[in-house]
Amino acid sequence: MEGTTARIIRSFRKHKLGVFGLVVLAVLYLVILFAGFIAPYDFTQSHRNFVYAPSSKIRFVDENGKWRGPFICAMKKSRDPVTYQVVFAEDTSSVVPIKLFVRGEEYKVWGLLKTNLHLFGVEELPDRAMLLLFGADRFGRDLFSRVVVGGQVSMTVGLLGTFLSVFIGAIVGSLSGYYGGWVDVLIQRFIELLRSFPRIPLWLALAVTLPPSWPSTWVYFGIVTVLSLIGWMGVARVMRGMALSLREKEFVLAARVTGVPSMKIITRHLIPNTLSYLVVVSTLSIPGMILGESAISFLGLGIKEPMTSWGLLLKQAQSLSELESHPWLMIPGIFIMIAVLSYNFVGDALRDAVDPYRTVDKV
Amino acid sequence: MTDSERILTVLNLKTYFGTPEGIVRAVDDVSFHLDRGEVLALVGESGCGKSVTAHSILGLIKAPPAKVAGRIVFGGQDLIGLPEREYRQVRGKQISMIFQEPMSAFDPLYTVGQQLMEVAKAHMPWEESEARERIIDTLKSIHIPEPEKRYDEYPHEMSGGMLQRIMIAMALITSPDIIIADEPTTALDVTIQAQVLNLMQNLQSSYRGSIIFITHDLGTVAEIADRVHVMYAGKIVEKASVVELFDNPLHPYTSGLLTSRVRREYKGQDLPYIEGYVPRAYEFPEGCRFHPRCPKAMEKCKAARPPGFEPAPDHTVACWLFEEGEGR
Repeated sequence: MEGTTARIIRSFRKHKLGVFGLVVLAVLYLVILFAGFIAPYDFTQSHRNFVYAPSSKIRFVDENGKWRGPFICAMKKSRDPVTYQVVFAEDTSSVVPIKLFVRGEEYKVWGLLKTNLHLFGVEELPDRAMLLLFGADRFGRDLFSRVVVGGQVSMTVGLLGTFLSVFIGAIVGSLSGYYGGWVDVLIQRFIELLRSFPRIPLWLALAVTLPPSWPSTWVYFGIVTVLSLIGWMGVARVMRGMALSLREKEFVLAARVTGVPSMKIITRHLIPNTLSYLVVVSTLSIPGMILGESAISFLGLGIKEPMTSWGLLLKQAQSLSELESHPWLMIPGIFIMIAVLSYNFVGDALRDAVDPYRTVDKV
Repeated sequence: MTDSERILTVLNLKTYFGTPEGIVRAVDDVSFHLDRGEVLALVGESGCGKSVTAHSILGLIKAPPAKVAGRIVFGGQDLIGLPEREYRQVRGKQISMIFQEPMSAFDPLYTVGQQLMEVAKAHMPWEESEARERIIDTLKSIHIPEPEKRYDEYPHEMSGGMLQRIMIAMALITSPDIIIADEPTTALDVTIQAQVLNLMQNLQSSYRGSIIFITHDLGTVAEIADRVHVMYAGKIVEKASVVELFDNPLHPYTSGLLTSRVRREYKGQDLPYIEGYVPRAYEFPEGCRFHPRCPKAMEKCKAARPPGFEPAPDHTVACWLFEEGEGR
C-alpha cells in the first residue's frame, strides 16, 4: 500500500496546476483559521466616517520625499458641491504608519479568548484614518476584514456539505447497488425524481424552510444540510454502479459465504474499495457547494447578517449603479473564483493521480 | 458406502431464474447425496448448472427474482427457506467454499491475515491472539512457507497458487462438514494445479469432512473424486463411482466428454468433440435435453424425458438407451 500512496503523491506533484491549487487552498484555510487576527478591524464594526470609502493608497515616501516605510494618509470626507456625492480626499500631510502586531478593535479567538491584537493595521483611531485594503461598504465596515471572516463560512460550507453529501451518497448508492431488485428501483426512481427538480428553485424552497428566528450558526448548518440534501445524488448514482460491479467480485461472494452480514460487507468491503473515487468526487464537488452557498446567500436566503459569507458580501454588489460607484464590492467574487478554481485544479490532479489505468507516469 | 454417515441430501432441487427471455431452469430436478468423508465431483460443460447448484446449497441465490425449490437436507434441517440469520451460521461455519479465481476472491485492501481473521471471528469463539495462532497453524498445515510473514501480506503480493492455497486454509479454519470447491484449479497453470490438487488429496486423508468438487476437467476428477455426477443442461445425467465412470461410461454425453480429452493417440488429427453447444437455458429442448447433439438419439428421446435407470449397481444414467430390457 505504501507503494501506491507514494505513486499517487509523485503523480500529483507532477501536476503543476494541482500543486498550485493546493498551495492556494492551504493559504486560504490558514487565513480563515486566524481570521480575527489577520483582519485589521472587527468585521461587524461600522465606521461613520468611512461609508463607501475606497481602498487606501499605501505609500512609502511622504510629501517631502522622505522614506517613511509603509504608511497611509488620513482621509477627509467632503461632499461634491454639485452632485452632493461624498468624496474622499487624502490629507497628504499626515502620516499614519502601518505596523505589525497592533492593538485595535476587540475580537474573540475561536469564540473563546478576547483580544485586540491584530497581525497588521494602523494605530490611529478609525474615525480619522483606516487601513482599507479593499475599501469599505455602506456601513463603513472594512471589506478586507469581512472577506477574511466571510471565508470562514464559504470555505467550510463546501467541506462540510461535501462530507455530508458524499457520506449519504456512498451509503445510499451502495445499498442500491448491493441489494438490487426493488430496493434499487425505488432508490433510483427517487433520485430521478429529486434530480428532475430545477436546482435553484429547490435550493430556495429548502432554504426558505429554515426558520428566520434561528441564530446564524444554526442557519449555517441548515445551509450545509440543504446543500448536501441536493448534492448526494450524483455520488449515489456512481456509487451504485461501482457497487453493482463490486458485488460480483468473488471477495464479496466469499464474504457472504463466510457469513458476513450485508451491512458489514458494504462498510468493510464495498465502500473502502471505492475510496479513491470518493476522495476525488469530494474534491470536485466542493466548488459546486461553495457556489451553491454563494448563490443562496446572494439571493438573500442563506447566511444572514451579522454573520457573513462571500455570497452575502456579493449581494451588496447587486445593482449596477452601486457597482459603478463602488467597484471594489466585487472583490469577494474574485475570492470565490480563486477558491473554486483551486479546488478544480486539485480535484483534476487528484483524479489523474489516483487513476490506476493512467499508465503514462506509473513507472 | 452404505454404512457411512449421510451428511447432505439434495432432493429435487430446482433453481429457476425469471429473465426477460423467459424462465431459465438453471438447475432442474437435481437429486444427490453426500456421505461423510467422501469427495463428490460435479462435472459438466460451462453453463450446465454446476455452480448454480453450489450456490443454491449455500443459499446465495437471491430469492426473488430467482426461485429455489426442493429440499436440501443438512444436519437434520432443510436449508431451503431457512431465515438469513440462521443461514449465516451454516454458511462459512459448516459449509464453506473455495472459489475459482483466487486473485479476486480476496479484498485487495486487507491483508490475507485480516481476511482469515474475519472468518475466524465470525464463527469461532477464539480470542484474537489464539485465532492468529490457529490461522498460522492452518497455514502451516497446508505447507505455506513462512506463514507468519504471509499473514501480514496483501493479496497482490502473492501468486495465484499461493492465494488459492490460502483460500483453502480459509475454508478449513472453521473445520466445516462440507467444502464446496468451485473449479478451484481452473484459473491456475498446470504445475500449480498439480500442487493444489495434491494438497486437496492430502487434505482428504487428514480432514473428516466431505468435499463437493465442481469442475469441467475430467483429469482432475480422476485424481481426486470418489464418486462423479455428470451434469448436462441443469440435470444430472449420470452418477457413478469414479472407476466405474471412466471404465464404463454409459451416457452418450459422458462418453463424448471422455473422448474429447486431449490424448497422445490423437496426435496429428483433429481432436474429437461433441457437436454443437449446450443449449441456452431458456430454450432447452423437449424430451432428453441432450438429444439434438446425441449421436445415438432415437425418436423417443425427442418426446419424453428419460428417468434414471440403474443398469449396474450404484451406477445411474438418465438415457433411454438403458431402459429395462435394452442392451448397452
